[in-house]
Amino acid sequence: MSNDMKADKVLDCKGMKCPMPIIKTKMAMATLQVGQVLEMIATDKGSKPDMAAFTQQTGHLLISMKEIDGIYTYYIRKTK
Amino acid sequence: MERDLKESVDPALEERLRLLIDERIDAKLASIREKQPSHKKRLAVVVSKGTLEAAYPPLILATTAIALDMEAALFFTFFGLHVLKKGSAASLRFVPLGNPATPMPMPNIISALPGMTALATMMMKQTIASKQIVSIPELLDLARESGVKLWPCQMTMDMMGIERKDLIEGLEEPVGAATFLSYAADADITLFI
Repeated sequence: MSNDMKADKVLDCKGMKCPMPIIKTKMAMATLQVGQVLEMIATDKGSKPDMAAFTQQTGHLLISMKEIDGIYTYYIRKTK
Repeated sequence: MERDLKESVDPALEERLRLLIDERIDAKLASIREKQPSHKKRLAVVVSKGTLEAAYPPLILATTAIALDMEAALFFTFFGLHVLKKGSAASLRFVPLGNPATPMPMPNIISALPGMTALATMMMKQTIASKQIVSIPELLDLARESGVKLWPCQMTMDMMGIERKDLIEGLEEPVGAATFLSYAADADITLFI
């Protein structure tokens, strides 16, 4: 994903294990306005399927996901 | 007579009536949808065990359920109620005896020696902390803060002589099987752990 993606908030979940990246993401989403974008960074391998499930269940939009050297970066747009 | 009436209805009027009826039905349906509370998916779990490893799944699932915009309730019964006693969450124990899947399997006669449960618990907690896995007290706090319903089982309290003051704050009032079932009857996911 291009580096020019602008996030309104950045959440660092590096090192955290299940379920904390998801729970912290949920908390961070609650602080955003509809339409704003959260950048979440994690090292938990399980965050990859779990972020997909999180956005599917909550209805927020997973704009992109990239993985570089075990670092996962997600961009999620708040939809409601 | 009916046939006469049908034939006498002006086709334009009939069309107008049909449109009016459709409009009214749409409006009625919209108002019904508005009045209905948006149904959240619901998780209901019976927590029946009071060991360190058994306390994790219900607390992880319930806190994650809330993060996924679901409702969640945990019914703590029998040894599960131990998790809610003051000071218990931080001192739950991992029992290696009779468990063939521990990281360091050992004969039961060794696992049964005095101090082995304490040793295994200490090692398990070190592993949990070193891998940056959330602790049970942290999960329990998260559950309370995020709105997970935590139900102590009244019958277990009576049986074990546990009073409300012996339990942590932030719980629902103690309830019985009927309350849990009533909640679980409308749940999308029900588990027994």
